[in-house]
Amino acid sequence: METLELIKEKKIESKTQNISGSEAVLKALIAEDVHTIFGYPGGAIMPIYDALYDYNDRLEHILVRHEQGAIHAAQGFARTSGKTGVVFATSGPGATNLVTGLADAMIDSTPVVCITGQVFAHLLGTDAFQETDVINITTPITKWNYQVTDATEIPSALAKAFYIAASGRPGPVLIDITKNAQVQKFDYNGYEKSDHIRSYRPKPIVRKEYIEEAAKLINEAKKPFVIWGQGVILGKAEREFAAFIEKAGIPSAWTILGLSAIPTSHPLNVGMLGMHGNYGPNVLTNDCDVLIAIGMRFDDRVTGRLDKYAKQAKIIHLDIDPAEIDKNVKATIPVWGDCKETLPLLTALVDNKKHTDWLSKFRQFTKEEIEIVIEPEMHPSVDAMSMAEVIDALNELTNGDAVIVTDVGQHQMVACRYAKFNESKSNVTSGGLGTMGFALPAAMGAKYGAPERTVIAIAGDGGIQMTIQELGTIMQFKIDVKILILNNRFLGMVRQWQELFNDKRYSFVNITSPDYVQVAKGYYIEGQSVSDRKDLKSALKNMIDHKGAYLLEVMVGKENNVFPMVPQGCSVAEIRLK
Amino acid sequence: MKKEFTITVYTENQVGLLNRIAIIFTRRKINIDSLNTSPTESENVHRFTIVINETEEVVRKLCRQIEKQVEVLKAYYNTNDELIWQEMALYKVPTDVIAEKVKVERLLREKGARVVVIRKDYTVFETSGHREEIETLIKTLEPFGLIEFVRTARIAIIKDSKGFHEKLKEFEESQPADELIENEYLNKQDEVFTM
Ligand SMILES: Cc1ncc(C[n+]2csc(CCOP(=O)(O)OP(=O)(O)O)c2C)c(N)n1
Repeated sequence: METLELIKEKKIESKTQNISGSEAVLKALIAEDVHTIFGYPGGAIMPIYDALYDYNDRLEHILVRHEQGAIHAAQGFARTSGKTGVVFATSGPGATNLVTGLADAMIDSTPVVCITGQVFAHLLGTDAFQETDVINITTPITKWNYQVTDATEIPSALAKAFYIAASGRPGPVLIDITKNAQVQKFDYNGYEKSDHIRSYRPKPIVRKEYIEEAAKLINEAKKPFVIWGQGVILGKAEREFAAFIEKAGIPSAWTILGLSAIPTSHPLNVGMLGMHGNYGPNVLTNDCDVLIAIGMRFDDRVTGRLDKYAKQAKIIHLDIDPAEIDKNVKATIPVWGDCKETLPLLTALVDNKKHTDWLSKFRQFTKEEIEIVIEPEMHPSVDAMSMAEVIDALNELTNGDAVIVTDVGQHQMVACRYAKFNESKSNVTSGGLGTMGFALPAAMGAKYGAPERTVIAIAGDGGIQMTIQELGTIMQFKIDVKILILNNRFLGMVRQWQELFNDKRYSFVNITSPDYVQVAKGYYIEGQSVSDRKDLKSALKNMIDHKGAYLLEVMVGKENNVFPMVPQGCSVAEIRLK
Repeated sequence: MKKEFTITVYTENQVGLLNRIAIIFTRRKINIDSLNTSPTESENVHRFTIVINETEEVVRKLCRQIEKQVEVLKAYYNTNDELIWQEMALYKVPTDVIAEKVKVERLLREKGARVVVIRKDYTVFETSGHREEIETLIKTLEPFGLIEFVRTARIAIIKDSKGFHEKLKEFEESQPADELIENEYLNKQDEVFTM
């Protein structure tokens, strides 16, 4: 008996280690195959940073210039890599600086795990120095959050965090760890990944009968139309998606978060949906007989006026999140589930078709749009350059192989409309929240997520100034991102609305810029500014060929507008070409 | 058309979950008429009973948002006719009035009130029942110097419910049973019970 007991104890001893909570955090990250952390230290997270000192060889930490930069970088990383981004921040102001990024990641379903330091557990609720109720502040903007006050909870809390962030419909998770838990030593028995939480169903079970009904509708349809969103990319179902539309021969249009799931040149890719989307997809939404929505959530920027949206059509909605079905648009047939699973089942049941006439209808609208909008945009008759021609010139140089990270505003819409893509996960933008200041930090993360690819941040003169301090991060970590500022000397998108809907009463949209090239120079980043069309191509080429980060400012027309446009309160069919 | 719905939510017992559930309503500017939390027949499973006045469509969407929360096992909504429900109330009245005016005592007896405490200065009664009954009793007592009154949130049992034991077993499986599909309500669109 005695010997048995001894052996048992020894066995446990060899497995159990006495480590600090902070070390347990880092071990969890390593077990989750994390290599890069975006963060910023401070008092309440110092024990974790102290432990990090010894893990420098296994975990790369990128010191940003503002915590908002850290979370946008983690988002950019997640978008291009398909993995979960990781953020460290301290309590109080460090944590509140994450709020915009959390809200952005929540609405755009981006998997991010944020670890924030918190004051000692015994100080909670005492208004201690840098104490903020981070859990309650972040509850509506996290998929899940949890406060750890005891080190023994760390492995399981982090295992849950990573599982929840990446599974089902992904989203941001925040783990707030009190300082005592970070320093507390405990018996660590290793890290076990989580793959089941009893109250959490990341994927609804696929129901064959709905797939069959959906297939029947599709096979009977004369004018079927697919609209897809980021669900296709998040579900890593690009191939399954292409196989489906190709077999059924259905014209397909994208939301800006779905962009790049299939190549721009795909013959069934008919373009962009929504407020500044393409003419055909918007008008024909109200003409199709079966509308098949895949991994998208009928955002109001996509649907325009809801009570006039696709009323004539039967609607099939494929989504992993049951709460999305019938939320904005009532589904005739709901297909709940992961589209990676549902699409192949559907493909198997649909007939091989072409829908040539229907597809040519889209082409006719495209022709009209090219004539009235695109051609004049690409070849302006005036001296001032248009954003579209800059993107067009960029396409020639990238061949559609670059990762394009956009900020928010006119340039975002123009970039989404005109940039060409060959590969999935190449378009990174703030869709649901429309966060100005997103592009520069997100591009840094995007580069870590796809180090072998060219990453180009495209921003307006407004948005770039919101997070321009991240040039410091780019400098310090030699992050090879190309920064393209499309400077129209206005908060362009707001100015456009003021022009169209407020009688040109330009109220505080006139924004001045610093000398960006000088600013970049201050950060030891090379740059150039061009305002003449004849310099554009060579300047873009310089930027792309340059080894390392580069900033290019292009002066564009001051009062150009983005068209087509579905004015707010109008139906998608009422889209205006000018 | 708006009407009274009772939402029953089965959850894990977790700090902060009350807030997560409450903000689903407040974000949409929906007033919670009453909210009760309680243990259930299953160990470690908690139950929220929430009463709101809304259209069925809104209530269904709210339930989906509630079910989406990681620690929520299941959310159901029901109309009053599908429920057995009760609220409890305590009434504090001056004892001398009660002693003097037998009418009051009879009245209380008729309403099924129970004496909880009798002191020289006051007596505390308790009743349970539907809100209307409680409200009429308050009205009746007011002229007699009702000192204080408090009413609980609604607690409700769904008539057709078979409890949560079986469901919980299914939840514990990593591969959930067929009945445990999130869109089960689709087969029973006219029965409100399951969603
Ligand atoms: C943080 C934040 N503040 C305000 C807005 C509102 N907004 C949307 S677009 C826009 C103008 C953007 O101007 P700029 O960055 O110069 O880009 P442009 O539209 O000119 O391309 C503003 C102010 C926003 N989306 N995000």
